[in-house]
Amino acid sequence: MMPLLTTKGLSRSFGGLRAVDNVDFALMRGEIRAVIGPNGAGKTTFVSLISGRIQPTSGAIVFDGADITGLPTYARVRLGIAYTFQITSVFANLSAYDNVALPVQLTLSDRRSKGALRAGVMSALERTGLADRAHIPAGQLSYGHQRLLEVAMGLALEPRLLILDEPTQGLADSEIDNFVELVRDIARNATVLLIEHNMPVVMQLADRITVFNAGRILAEGTPEAIRDNAAVQDAYLGTAP
Amino acid sequence: MHFGPHLLLATLEGLVTSAVLALTALGLSLVFGVMRVVNVAHGEFFMLGAVLAWAITSAIGGHPALGFLAALVIAPLIVGAIALVAERLVLRRLDYNPEATIVATIGMLYIIQQLALTFYGPEARPVEPPFSYRIVLPWFGYSGYKLSIIAASALLLIATWLVLTRTRIGLIMRATQYDSETTQAFGIPVGRVYGGVFALGAMLAAIAAVLIVPISQAHYLMGQDPLLLSFIVIIIGGLGSLRGTVVAAVLIGLSDGIVSMFFSPTLAKIIATLLVAMVLVFRPQGLFGTASR
Amino acid sequence: MSEASPAKAYGLHLGVIALLFVLSFLLPEYYHGLLARIMVLAVFAMGYNMLFGYVGLLSLGHAMFFGAGLYGAGLAIIQLGWSVPAAFAAGLCCGAVLSLVIGLLALRTTGVAFMIVTMMFAQVFYLAILYFAAWTGGDQGMVVPQPARVLAFGATSLDLTDPTVRYMAALGLFSLVLLMTLAIVRSRYGRVLVAVRENEERTKMLGYDTFSNKLAAVVVSGTICAASGAAYALLFGYVGSSFASVQYSILPLLWVLLGGAATTLGPLIGTLFMYYVIDVTSGYTSAYLLIVGIALILLVLFFPKGILGTIRQRWLGWLP
Repeated sequence: MMPLLTTKGLSRSFGGLRAVDNVDFALMRGEIRAVIGPNGAGKTTFVSLISGRIQPTSGAIVFDGADITGLPTYARVRLGIAYTFQITSVFANLSAYDNVALPVQLTLSDRRSKGALRAGVMSALERTGLADRAHIPAGQLSYGHQRLLEVAMGLALEPRLLILDEPTQGLADSEIDNFVELVRDIARNATVLLIEHNMPVVMQLADRITVFNAGRILAEGTPEAIRDNAAVQDAYLGTAP
Repeated sequence: MHFGPHLLLATLEGLVTSAVLALTALGLSLVFGVMRVVNVAHGEFFMLGAVLAWAITSAIGGHPALGFLAALVIAPLIVGAIALVAERLVLRRLDYNPEATIVATIGMLYIIQQLALTFYGPEARPVEPPFSYRIVLPWFGYSGYKLSIIAASALLLIATWLVLTRTRIGLIMRATQYDSETTQAFGIPVGRVYGGVFALGAMLAAIAAVLIVPISQAHYLMGQDPLLLSFIVIIIGGLGSLRGTVVAAVLIGLSDGIVSMFFSPTLAKIIATLLVAMVLVFRPQGLFGTASR
Repeated sequence: MSEASPAKAYGLHLGVIALLFVLSFLLPEYYHGLLARIMVLAVFAMGYNMLFGYVGLLSLGHAMFFGAGLYGAGLAIIQLGWSVPAAFAAGLCCGAVLSLVIGLLALRTTGVAFMIVTMMFAQVFYLAILYFAAWTGGDQGMVVPQPARVLAFGATSLDLTDPTVRYMAALGLFSLVLLMTLAIVRSRYGRVLVAVRENEERTKMLGYDTFSNKLAAVVVSGTICAASGAAYALLFGYVGSSFASVQYSILPLLWVLLGGAATTLGPLIGTLFMYYVIDVTSGYTSAYLLIVGIALILLVLFFPKGILGTIRQRWLGWLP
């Protein structure tokens, strides 16, 4: 099977620092892939390159058979690459409804219909459990709900690849359990690329794990293989579960 | 006259323009560089300097040099005090938000201009130069006072540069420009630095105006051209760069004289403004600047 | 936004239009003429609000779009002898083309640079009017003669210099632009514009080409302002360079700030209120720029949301 996403020799330097260094990466359709690594390993830079928020110094990105290296962010989103932010960046002054309406109205095939927009928005809000808060300004939602809204916005884009950047950061344990279920639900229709520090979440969700260290891929494999990998334990000393 | 002497004359006139422009633009540039505030009322501080110079010289009388020297000291101080009050009462309360401060300084522009019209009147009034020595060159005589403007401006620019690079105050100003939050954390009263910088910027404009007023007269609308030219200078020179500001001022001052020999003043302004807008669109770091923030 | 009850919003706006209609028969002559002028200038403010209020782009050069409409219509009628509708269309086209070009250039910058660039382009436009004085009348301006300001429909004709016709024409344009603005801000496009204002990066990450959206907003805004300028030339018969000066870039900003940015009725309220203040104070002082200056400072300091913005925040959350 052809991978959904591949990168070839992808690099990005900031000044002298090679934040992402010559990375070859392949992501299969339908999998949940976790990207882990110590702070500063280049994980966020890597997914930012994929989503188009920053431009690579060299290398290429291929999505669904097409080279997207030079495409602007918005065009990648339209191809089906959605990105949810590590730092919550919902539109604080807009209602939860309007926040989700923005991505829904973009993907709507029936562009004129008001009913379809409403149905699409409410469905995304219901999947994330926010339906009863549709008309509250996003800035007044609790932190956990803002994170969920962020995911609802990603979902509403009906992505083929959903990139979740540390989605459980700052969530309570009870919220995390619901979240794991939500990601499983999403993965039925989309490929998920998950940056995560919370190892139990990673172990529960990931089909495969990619470990970054100093801008390079250190190891890649099933959760079991990664757990037993000596090099990973070295890099992660003290932070392993 | 032959071409050579003609060019020499144009160059001298251009240098006088450059000298005044460099001081005025430096004030605008300092305020923008340190505070990130675009002071649209800067030209009005220039105008106030000239108007006050007229008021002071006519109040003092006696030898023209006496009144002029008094004006050179007192006018900038008054203008600086006014700027300080405006900074305390308005800009500080806006938390130096870039867009709100532009709107507020537009308000200041109208207020100062209108008050000048009310109290000073619509006439253009001359100020006598402190001395009227003429330097006789083989081809033409040239005003010694104009040459002294160039010298005075150069001295002031060097002094400012020394203050910025060699003193503790300069260090604090540069640190604030670089990162105001960290500077605050080191116990530097950033608010007071901002007040001082805003007053200093206005004073530089006022000094420039006092220097030029013996050859150009004081008028309540005289602030508009210096404002536009200062904008041009700091955009070309790179926002917030001292050396770029001086180089650009000399460039603009010289070319202003030469360009107006070939084009009508209006067409020259059209071309200059359009070019500068294009620089800002396509090369926002300025022609000489390198780093962009 | 678009979830608030549409009946309420449209009812309010139609009510305001009806009130303005009735006022035509009640006002004494002086205020009748003044209100016609205010409605035309409120269109200018609405065009400005489209960009400043909803997209968050603060332009200091909108006088050039007003001027494009003013001179586009004025020159077409005076120099080319075009009819009133053709001249109005010419004004609109000039505004649309100019705003497209300016948008393509100025939108490469953001924030403070955007403000300065728009101001400089407007200054170029203003100086160009002075430079081509042979055509434009320079700083004297031009008067559109009365016979040229008559709309002919076969046998019948409408004289735009007649006060009632002029008032109704101004009201017609005002109503059209007001309802159009309301429709735009309640539409999906309006939602995207607000999203750009709130967080442009995030909007890009939701799949929107924010540059194109902003460019469209500049053109809509510029064209509305040009409509106001063209109407001014045709209804009031004076085409003058002062309307293209920096001051006329600042005034719509002031009106919108006063009435409330990003409110559909704010521009009208702001324009009305400012004229009222100047009218009242004209008995004491001729220094009307002083009032403009003080109003600007007080607004940004103490009242940044303006009249309607504050009312919306405190009492009427549904206000569009």
